[in-house]
This record gives sequence, C-alpha cells and structure tokens, in this order.
Amino acid sequence: MKHERVDRLSRGESPVHRLSPGLKTAAAFAFILAVTLIPFRVGAVFAAAGALLVLAIAAGRVPAAYLLKRLLLLEPVIAAVAGLALFQPGGAARFAAMAVKSTLCVGAVLALSATTPAAGILAFFRALRVPSILTSMAALTVRYVHVLGDELRRMRRARRSRTFRGGKARAWRSAAAAAGHLFVRSTERAERIYRAMAARGWR
Amino acid sequence: MHIPDGFLDAKTVAAASVLSAAAIGRALRGVKRTLTPRKVPLMGLASAFLFVAQMINFPVIGGTSGHLLGAVLAAVLLGPDEAVLVMTVVLAVQALLFADGGVLALGANLFNMAVVAPLAGYAIYRLASRLARTEAGRLAAVALAAWASTVLAAAACAGELAAAGAVAWPLAFPAMTVLHMAVGLGEAVITVLVLAAVAKARPDLLPGFAARGREEGARPVADVLVYGGLVTAGAAIFVLPFASKLPDGLEAVAARLGFASRAAARPVLPAPLADYRVPGIGSLPLAAALAALVGAALVFGLAFLVARRRLARARSAVPAEPRAAEPR
Repeated sequence: MKHERVDRLSRGESPVHRLSPGLKTAAAFAFILAVTLIPFRVGAVFAAAGALLVLAIAAGRVPAAYLLKRLLLLEPVIAAVAGLALFQPGGAARFAAMAVKSTLCVGAVLALSATTPAAGILAFFRALRVPSILTSMAALTVRYVHVLGDELRRMRRARRSRTFRGGKARAWRSAAAAAGHLFVRSTERAERIYRAMAARGWR
Repeated sequence: MHIPDGFLDAKTVAAASVLSAAAIGRALRGVKRTLTPRKVPLMGLASAFLFVAQMINFPVIGGTSGHLLGAVLAAVLLGPDEAVLVMTVVLAVQALLFADGGVLALGANLFNMAVVAPLAGYAIYRLASRLARTEAGRLAAVALAAWASTVLAAAACAGELAAAGAVAWPLAFPAMTVLHMAVGLGEAVITVLVLAAVAKARPDLLPGFAARGREEGARPVADVLVYGGLVTAGAAIFVLPFASKLPDGLEAVAARLGFASRAAARPVLPAPLADYRVPGIGSLPLAAALAALVGAALVFGLAFLVARRRLARARSAVPAEPRAAEPR
C-alpha cells in the first residue's frame, strides 16, 4: 500500500531523523506559521524559506522522486483553488502568492512526515495535552489504515476472481458492498484489538 | 475540499479554529458520557475505516473525480458526537502525515468537514426521516443528508476562502457549491449503498437504522443548542456578510416578500410565479443557492422513489412468508 512508503522513510537514518520528534514537529509548525502569515511582498523571506526547506530535505535524505510524486498529487488541488483567484482583479499576484506559500507548506509537512515516525508526532500532541481519546484514535488509525486498505483490496480481488464483471451500476454496488463489509470487519477487528489490549493491561 | 496552507489569513483561521475546538470539546464530553474502554479501539478503527473509504473515487462531470467524505456515513453508523471525533482524527492524520489539507488550515477544514458536514448532515437525516417513516424514507433521508452535507461543507469552505480574501465570494460560492452538488450525488449513492450493505450483513450494528419504528432516543437539548449555535455562528461569520452585501440579493427578496404579503391582503389573487421575476437570478450566488434548494428536493424525491421501487422488488423476490408448518 502506498502509505507504507511514509512509514519506511520515517524510520530511515540521517542527521534530521536523529533530531527529537517534538523539536521537528514544532519547527515545521513554526515554519508553516511564518510562511502563511508573512505578506508575500517580502520576497526575500520566501527565498530563504525555500532554501531552508531544500536544506532540510537534503539533510533528511528524503528521496526526490517521493517528494515530486506527492507534490504532483497535491498541486492540482492547489492550482484549482488558486486558479479561481485568477478570475478576479489583481488575481495573478494572489495566484502567485497562494501557489508559492502552499507549496512551501506542503513541502514542510512532507519533509516532517518523511523524517519523523508518526508515533513521534503523536507524542508531541500528547505533550501538548491533546485529549487522550483523540491521540489514541489517531495512533490506531495510523497503525491500521494499511491493514484495512489491504483487506479492502483482498476483498475486491476475491470478488473479481469469482464473478463476471458487470456494468457500471454493478461496479458501484460491489464497491459499496465491499466498503460496508469492511466496516463490519473493522468493528470485529476492533473487538479483538480491545481484548488484546485489555489482556496486556490497558486501562 | 481540503484547503491547503497559505490560502487563509490569520483571522479566518482563528475564527474557524475556535468554532471547531468548541464543537470537538462538546463532542468529547458527549462521547465520554457513554465511553467504555471497549469503545476507544472501535472509534480508532472507524477512523481507519473512513480513511480507507475516502479512497473510493467516483467520476464527476467534466473529467474530475470526487471521493467520499463519509461524514454522514460516520454519523449514522456511530452517532453524531462520534462522527465529529472520527472526522477530526481522519483530517488531522491526513494533514500531518500526507500533507492533504493544511496544518494551519486544519481548523477551517475541521469546521467544514468534521463539524458542519456530520452535524448538519445528521440533523437533516433525523428531520427528513421523520417526514417519511418507512424504510425507503429512511434511505432517502440518508441520501439527502449525505448530499446536503457535501454542499454545505463546500459552502462553508467558499465562505472561508472569501472571508480570507483569497477568492471573491461571487466566484467562490457558485463554483464550490455547483461542483459539490455533483460530487454530493456520488456521496449520496455510496453512503446509501454502504449503509444498506451493513444493514444487510449486521443489522445489530445499526439499531436505529435497520429496525423499523425503533427510534434512537432524543438528543439532549443542550447538545442541539450548542452544536446548532456553533454551526450558525460559522454561517454568520463566513457566509452572512457576503450574502447580505449582494447588490440585488436579500433586499430584493425582502422587498418582494413585503410586496407579496401586502398583495395577499387584498382580495385579488396573488400574481402567478410566471410574471414574478425570480429575484437575484442575475447574481450567481443566489442562483446557486436556489439551485441547491431545488436540488435538495430533487435528491430526496428521487432517492425516495428509487429506494421504494428497489425495496418493493427485493420483497417480491423473497418468497411469500412461509405458512406455519404443521407439527408432524
């Protein structure tokens, strides 16, 4: 599954990986805050921010192919919303500001998640006293999203191998049925996970 | 609909974050009322499930594709408080690990997709299913709620973009809502189909939905007030300033309505709609709002008819109730 890539990268080895996760998360937040709030007229700041980001990415040994792929996936969204700004007076300047700012912010998040394991980022939020229900839910989400994604793919493959392919309506219905069963399986899995957690003394 | 960083200004982010934080706090309190340790893994897995379900893509007019939002799906499967938390976790993980939606803009994205979408969607579901208490009515209510949740979240998103000065309201509102009226159709179909699949496989997981006539208990009034107040405050902050500033928008409607009520007081029949100029049709935002209202009625009616026909066919396919076997 494609999300596994982030996991593997985040457990890599580089000077940036060795920094404390809390420090990196705080730094990324500060970076995003600065990029968002500083007016775009101050061009030098953005050149410096870009250079800093490139430095962090290079030091963190984040593969360029990975970054480019994620950026290409996200840029259309940015371009679409920023593109709307083109249809109004003074739109070109606004478009440039939004495109540069959001690309820098996306780069910062990608650099953070590629050099910091999700558990480290979560620990930062726990330290900030985010309610434990939310952090536990997030931890379980990160842990099981691959498992459920794989389960959905297995169900689809099993279905494809057993049935003739129907029209579009049937494709929609089978996709939805698979999702429905995935929910059922998720609740059953949650029950097993709860028992396993309880057996290990959780709560 | 995930707003990236760099589009919103500080005041918009702050306002949206405060509203989202208040709603999430309320949801946490609501969930804690009934929280058993067993429920934490369930909600974690529900978040992971929704994360995966959001990858189901469907084509939308014009070569673009939409994906499931799942707010109403979560609200009907788990309950509104739980849906707020599940959507919050999904959006936070998407923003922090996959850069899908901004980190600072998270407050705004949470307000649109974790507060407005599940809460307004759930309210619409409850109200609409009261309209038609049959199974078909309930499915149609889900369809309407899912569709409306997408459109309302898009409208809130447009309001935030306009309040931040990123995209002007007369441009943002029609573009966002009209696109999501199309996206919402996919949302409605998938939500109904997934719920129908769950209801068929494990009706016990959907006590309020599958068993006919068994309504979930009424929500505490305080909850409804707080949630309703927060969503309304959002509308007042992000949408109202623009709606009331329309050149020939609300004033025109008000003038017309005032005129209409005076006309009705006279013994003469009120003028028919035909020579009644639909006010503000010249302005894009109002036209979009009107289209949304008409669309809502269409979605509900169409979903109701389809659901009733399908259910009738499903029943006729099942052999008639077997007669009580005689004891042998």
